[in-house]
Amino acid sequence: MQRQVALERDTALDAPAPPARGRRTVLTPYYLLAPTLLFLAVFFAWPMFQALILAVQDNGRFSLGPLQRMADDVLFWEAIRNTILLTLIVVPAQVVLALIMSLLLVSGLRGAGLFLYAWAIPLGISDLAAGVVWLSIFNDRGYLNSALAGLGLGQTGFSFLSYEHPVSMFLAVAVAETWRATALVMVILLAGLQVIPKDYAEAAEVFGATTWQRIRHVTLPMLRPSLQVALIIRTILAFQAFAVVVALVGRNLPVMAEEAYRWYGDLRNPSVAAAWALLIMVFSLVNTVIYLRALRVRDEQLA
Amino acid sequence: MAEIRLERISKTYAGGKAPAARDVSLAVADGEFMVLLGPSGCGKTTLLRMLAGLEYPDTGRITIGDREVTDLPPRQREIAMVFQSYAVFPHMTVFDNVAFGLRMRKQPADQIKPRVERAAELLQLEPYLGRYPSQLSGGQRQRVAVARAIVMEPSVLLMDEPLSNLDALLRLQFRAELKKLVQDIKTTTVYVTHDQVEALSLGDRIAVMRQGEIVQVAEPMVVYDRPTTEFVGSFIGNPPMNFLRGSVSRDNGHARVTIGSEALTAPTALAEAVGDNVLVGIRAENIEARAEAPSGGANGAGHALAGETVVVEPLGSHLLITAAIGGQQLKVVTRTDFPTGPGRPIWLYPEEDKIRWLRPDTGAAVQV
Ligand SMILES: Nc1ncnc2c1ncn2[C@@H]1O[C@H](COP(=O)(O)OP(=O)(O)O)[C@@H](O)[C@H]1O
Ligand SMILES: [Mg+2]
Repeated sequence: MQRQVALERDTALDAPAPPARGRRTVLTPYYLLAPTLLFLAVFFAWPMFQALILAVQDNGRFSLGPLQRMADDVLFWEAIRNTILLTLIVVPAQVVLALIMSLLLVSGLRGAGLFLYAWAIPLGISDLAAGVVWLSIFNDRGYLNSALAGLGLGQTGFSFLSYEHPVSMFLAVAVAETWRATALVMVILLAGLQVIPKDYAEAAEVFGATTWQRIRHVTLPMLRPSLQVALIIRTILAFQAFAVVVALVGRNLPVMAEEAYRWYGDLRNPSVAAAWALLIMVFSLVNTVIYLRALRVRDEQLA
Repeated sequence: MAEIRLERISKTYAGGKAPAARDVSLAVADGEFMVLLGPSGCGKTTLLRMLAGLEYPDTGRITIGDREVTDLPPRQREIAMVFQSYAVFPHMTVFDNVAFGLRMRKQPADQIKPRVERAAELLQLEPYLGRYPSQLSGGQRQRVAVARAIVMEPSVLLMDEPLSNLDALLRLQFRAELKKLVQDIKTTTVYVTHDQVEALSLGDRIAVMRQGEIVQVAEPMVVYDRPTTEFVGSFIGNPPMNFLRGSVSRDNGHARVTIGSEALTAPTALAEAVGDNVLVGIRAENIEARAEAPSGGANGAGHALAGETVVVEPLGSHLLITAAIGGQQLKVVTRTDFPTGPGRPIWLYPEEDKIRWLRPDTGAAVQV
């Protein structure tokens, strides 16, 4: 009787036929990928394709007219220049700030956890709301002017956001943009820092590295994959800067995404708007390729 | 080159229930190879990290050479360390890894190269200097970790279970190499391991630890032959030391220890302890086994203990016999041709001078 049971159990264990198992392991990853792929296809690839078509047609026929109109516009070069300038200032500032913040968070200082929450607040605020918050700081009767008046500097108030003061206007936008998205970079870098085993930092210390040497020769090189991701994501988002700019200075500082919006809304020309969108995408792609090459981590250098 | 002194070191981790080090004092002589040995979690790594400056003691003093280093950060201690995980930098070549410490200390480049090459030569790493750690085997990575440490010519070399991540064969081979290497460079070394064989084979002295305390510090053979506590005797040696429970009695003016129906002559120091219980410690290889009853009566042959064979395990070079005496089991090593089998009687003769007498309440040795 007992032997019978044992026998049955053995055959039951043998039962799953190898071919079925084989098929499952081959196809399983694709099943699991399918929902994501479908989502990307419907909401990203298809609209992108449509925009591409839209950008190269006029009245239903193929034409380079929209691209031409975009390039001939008086604001074309200004928008590109402003966007690039903003990116060149905001992205490095964010990376440096985020690096300092995340290094402080992992340093084990007392109360570091509290800072994480405070620093993550901008993540939960929409672009437009962030723009409005900074507007209340920078406008003619804003907090900044009140503070300056309180300190006895300039009773009349300074129009930071006026087109008559392009530098202060630009810097105000840069500060607001930096504030808004530094947290995103910080979260990526923090995640990267947390997976670096602490043995490496300890080895660096034991072998004589100062804090700065340790960061420079051990932490940063090992953080390279995360830096790469953060830079790519942040730069792409910087090319798309829009809501904060609009909320703070409106048309006074034309940027690329704003131009797309203007052509689509005010000028009712979806084709030129699509051309702008296409241009932003080209910028993003070129930039991503540059980062991937410049910060490439060779396989053999990974832990 | 330096001696190390730990004076009354205590440490409890924040959130830790028990102290990881309790009032530990230890002196390591200049050039000595000291092994910290103990079961997992007994505080070996903690002690080593306090020496390195990666943890700080709650109380106590640490001196290296003639400098007090208790509160100094690691880089001011002139130490080098081999980590259990190797911690070889993955983004640097073998050369850069070995050169790391010299570069951090701003040695001139023309001195770094020959020193790195010399260290690489000692550890047979020359062919791999241009490779990255991910292109090396575990054993080679371990060599890089050791080369990175010895190239510094540190006053003190610290190693935390450096062989524990290697497979058995490699471990055996590297153990001997490491011993030769450290003998050659004559650096004061503190070596952490939970492997008693490693400790016996490598150490000039062994500090046996238990629950944050050092239980015994002595040369390997002394720790092995003359454990001061039951814990040390059973932790070191394979098989562990046998411990039999007995009680002290007096017979014709001589102290005797009876184990079940059997009796052993005991040292006179035990004579005052009549009626007390005592632990009799004896190693398996220090017992002579015979298959026939001693001539001249039951207890005529002094130290013979009559028992019964329970299990016989042939282990190639010898037999490991588990025997029972008055309900207590013990292990005995014999020649492979020893005639016995389960259930057969056996007579055991412990070597008198190898017996350890311990108090069962404290587990501590009786001085004889
Ligand atoms: N960072 C830490 N925080 C809290 N407790 C720790 C920490 N490191 C070790 N311990 C505890 O201290 C004791 C000693 O640990 P350790 O020195 O690592 O032992 P060993 O190296 O002998 O295995 C253990 O009980 C361990 O759980
Ligand atoms: Mg340990």
